[in-house]
Parts: sequence; structure tokens; C-alpha cells
Amino acid sequence: MSRTVYDLIGLAAGIAFILALKGLSHPKTARRGNLIGAFGAGLATLVVFFYSNENSSLPLNNLGWILGAIAIGLVIGVPAARKVQMTQMPQLVALFNGVGGGAAALVAIVEYLNLGDEATTAEVVFTVFTVIVGCVSFSGSIITFMKLQELMTTRPVIFPAGRFIIAATLISVLGVGGWVVSALGTTPLLILAGLSLLFGILFVLPVGGADVPIVISLLNAFTGLTVAASGYVLDSTLLIIAGTLVGASGTILTRLMAEAMGRSLFGTLFGAFTAKPQDVAAAGEERPVRSGSPDDVAILLNYARRVVIVPGFGLAVAQAQHTVRELADLMISKGIDVAYGIHPVAGRMPGHMNVLLAEANVPYDQLQEMDEVNPTFGQTDVAIVIGANDVVNPAAQTTPGCPIYGMPILEVNHAANIIFLKRSMRPGFAGIENELLYDPKTMLLFGDAKASLTKVVSALKAL
Amino acid sequence: MEPMAILSIFVLSVFVGFEVVSKVSSTLHTPLMSGANAIHGVILVGAIIVADHSKTNLELGLSVAAIILATINMVGGFVVTDRMLEMFKGNKK
Repeated sequence: MSRTVYDLIGLAAGIAFILALKGLSHPKTARRGNLIGAFGAGLATLVVFFYSNENSSLPLNNLGWILGAIAIGLVIGVPAARKVQMTQMPQLVALFNGVGGGAAALVAIVEYLNLGDEATTAEVVFTVFTVIVGCVSFSGSIITFMKLQELMTTRPVIFPAGRFIIAATLISVLGVGGWVVSALGTTPLLILAGLSLLFGILFVLPVGGADVPIVISLLNAFTGLTVAASGYVLDSTLLIIAGTLVGASGTILTRLMAEAMGRSLFGTLFGAFTAKPQDVAAAGEERPVRSGSPDDVAILLNYARRVVIVPGFGLAVAQAQHTVRELADLMISKGIDVAYGIHPVAGRMPGHMNVLLAEANVPYDQLQEMDEVNPTFGQTDVAIVIGANDVVNPAAQTTPGCPIYGMPILEVNHAANIIFLKRSMRPGFAGIENELLYDPKTMLLFGDAKASLTKVVSALKAL
Repeated sequence: MEPMAILSIFVLSVFVGFEVVSKVSSTLHTPLMSGANAIHGVILVGAIIVADHSKTNLELGLSVAAIILATINMVGGFVVTDRMLEMFKGNKK
């Protein structure tokens, strides 16, 4: 295959990626967009096997190894993507992003070993960039994965003199990077990789739970840029286009996500450097809360005219989406006006709740977005908060300086009655106390969301 | 390739990337991120190229690892994005 044909097919794949991103931006075309992207990626991969130039002849060297490695990747990746539970999707995306960054760093290292002394300064600079950013993306994504999987604490991890350690690591990374460029050599490059991995860990550790999705999106953009840099070293226009597209769109997406959460992007990014140990309010004394039984809840619902259901991560954990729909259908059959109030970032990712409720076939017109549902809480008799916490916490509006201050919330505090379905009194993902739990008009129903809802459904049926 | 040609491709791609996603509802943030994540799995192409260039066992070993990781990124990414979007389709009646 000639270079012209090869490049034309690469161009076609690049266009496919643009169409894919465009399609993914609109609900109606999203699925098709993803398929176009998959087609482009498949085409780009396939064509490599049929292209030869002065550096490589056909069939490719090490063909058996290449095909074997792809097979292993398929055997690991496809079942993981197919079998993952809806609740665990965000961390899987984080993990996929991390391995992509790792792959880019490895590609840069191999090409560097291969070029040896022939490498031009520009090639070495791009290699150094790819190794640093790819390694940061890899180790940073692993930490976000562990936070989301709750293998480690979801709170910001801040250690004494943390910001000095982080700054020192960053300076060493840049210093060693400069060393690689000036001196060349395998050892400095491996030291660089090690330090970059360390920096990725230190960079993500101080990020608090609520900001994790923003960081995943940012690392995703980072990985895109490493792919673009590898494209320069490997002389592949396609990699430059694809990587830059992801880097640019990923950056915009990160900003959009930060806006949806009312977070400052700068604060999130440089939180690592500015973070101070938080003044966590001393929650020493036990304060009284009002807890109720499923029967109490059923009675309250039976005499309501309008009920708003506010789902959160607890719903996803308990896999209670079908039960909640059963409850909603039962209330509708009793003539109660029912809506779901969807916070854009309820759960662990933007849009998490829409996906979950769609799985239970909840009619689309019952899902109301924040701006739509907030003005109606004044006329709402009962707001049922199922496993959500931070997204209804009035502290976001009333307590300047608290970590979620400024985040738009669902104003369930304006409803006549509030029911919280909770597993325990543990605070939400952001680790902040919620005053609403102590409000006299709040009733708490402790237990697994699915079990509690099932009991409420049968109690309501009996009335 | 000419440095100016590369710079042009890079700058134009940045603008296209900015443009295509500038207005997107928060509902689609997660699938969009996941789809973009799958697209950078094309580093698989780079991994295959370096595997072909590999002369030593070390190089080959590292590039085989890169191919495995890149395949997981690309294929897993598109499959998981499709699963997310499949569920959206169900309620768009």
C-alpha cells in the first residue's frame, strides 16, 4: 500500500473521529457517533497491517506477538466493559483512560530505545513530554479508580508539607526531563518515568470525592495530548489529529463539568498545591434525628398530592432503580403527581442517574432537570431523597468556605416534608455534614435503599 | 513531516475539538468523556508500529504490553460507551 493511500485512510479515520465527537454531543445521534468512532479506530488499526515503507516490510515483524497481544487485550477489555455494573462504570472509564496513558508512555519509551542516538532534539522533547504526561495519567487514573471503587478513602488525602513534596516532585520531574533531553540515555528516562508515576499519585491524592470526575476528564485530555505527541515521533498524522481532538474536546468537557458542579477548574487543578487540612466541623455531640418506619413513610405518601423523588448514588449501589419505579407507578395509580428531580452530577458522574433510571424504563417525561424541578419544591408535599446527600445539602448555599459552597443543589428544603433513605448517618461523598438531616420536617428511613423501598411499596399497597 | 504542516494540523485540530463539544447537555458528559477516551485508544496504531520496529527483547516486551493496554483502552472504551448509550435509547420514546 502506498503512503498516499495509507495517509488517505488515516484522514478518513480522523474525519470519523470528528463526526464521532460531534455525534456524541447530541442525545439523538450519540450512539451512532460512538459507532462511527469505533469504525474509524478499527479502520486505522487494520490499515497498519498492510502498509510498508523503507523502515518496515510486510508482513510486519513480530506479527505473532502483535496479534497475540491484541487478542489478550480483547479478552480482558471486552468482558470488563460488558459485565461492569452501572454503578461501577465511572471507575472503569478511569481505568481505561489510565491504561491508554500507560500505553502512550510505553510507546514513547520503546521508540526512544529504538532510535538511540539518531533521535533529533525535537523527537526527544516530545518523548519526554509523552513519558511524563502518560505516566501521570496512568498512576493518577489508578488513584481515581481506587477512590471511586472505595478501595481507599474518598476524602482528600492531605499530608503535612504535602504541597512542598508535590512541588519538589514536579521540579524533579522537569529537571530529569531536561537531563534526558541534554544527556540522552535509558537510565534517566526510566527515572523520569518513575518520578512521573509518583507525581500522578501525589497530584490526585488531595482531590476530594466530588471533584474526582473532573480529574478523570482532565486526565483523559492529558492522555489525548500524549497520543498527539507520539504521533509526532512516529510520523503519524492520524495520531496527531486524534490525540489533539481528544485533548481539546477533553479540556472543554472538563470545564463544562466543573461549571455544572459549580467548581472552579483552577481550584480543582491546583488544589494539590493550595490544599490545607480542612476545618472539619467538630461533629462531637450526638444530635437528635427523627427516624420513621416504612409505614410512616407510606402514610405520608398516601396523602400527598405531589411527590418528588431525588435519586443519588445510594440508589445505584442498592440497584433499587426498578423498585423505585414500582413505587412511582403505585403512587401515580393513586392519583399522586410524581416527578424525579435529577441533579446533573448526582451519583458519581454527570448523567449517572439518567442512565440508571433509563435502565428501569422510567418514562423520560417524569425526569426533571434541576432548573425545571427547583421552582416546584414549594408546592411539593414530600421529597424522597434516596441515597443522595451532597446534591441536596443547603450548606452549598448557606456556608461559604465549605467544600461544596457554590454548587447548585436541588432545593428539597423547600418541600413540606423530606424523607431521607440512608444506610447510616455517614456524610456524603464530599464528607460534609448535612444540616437537613436534623430538620424537624425531615424523616429518616435507615437501611438499604432497595429493602426500604420494597417495604414502603407493600405498606402503601396495604393502605 | 514539515514542522509547519504539523503545527497547522495541531492548531486546526484544537479548534475543531473545541467547536464540536462546546454545547453539550450535562446528561451526555459521561458518555462523551467515555467516547473521547476510547478514541485516544488509537495509540494502538503507534504500539503496533513500535512493535514492528522492535529489535531487542526489552523493546518487544514493552511494545507487547503497550498493545495490550491500548487494545483494552480502545475496544473496552467503545463497548462501555455503547452500553451507556443503549440505555439512553430505551426511554427516548
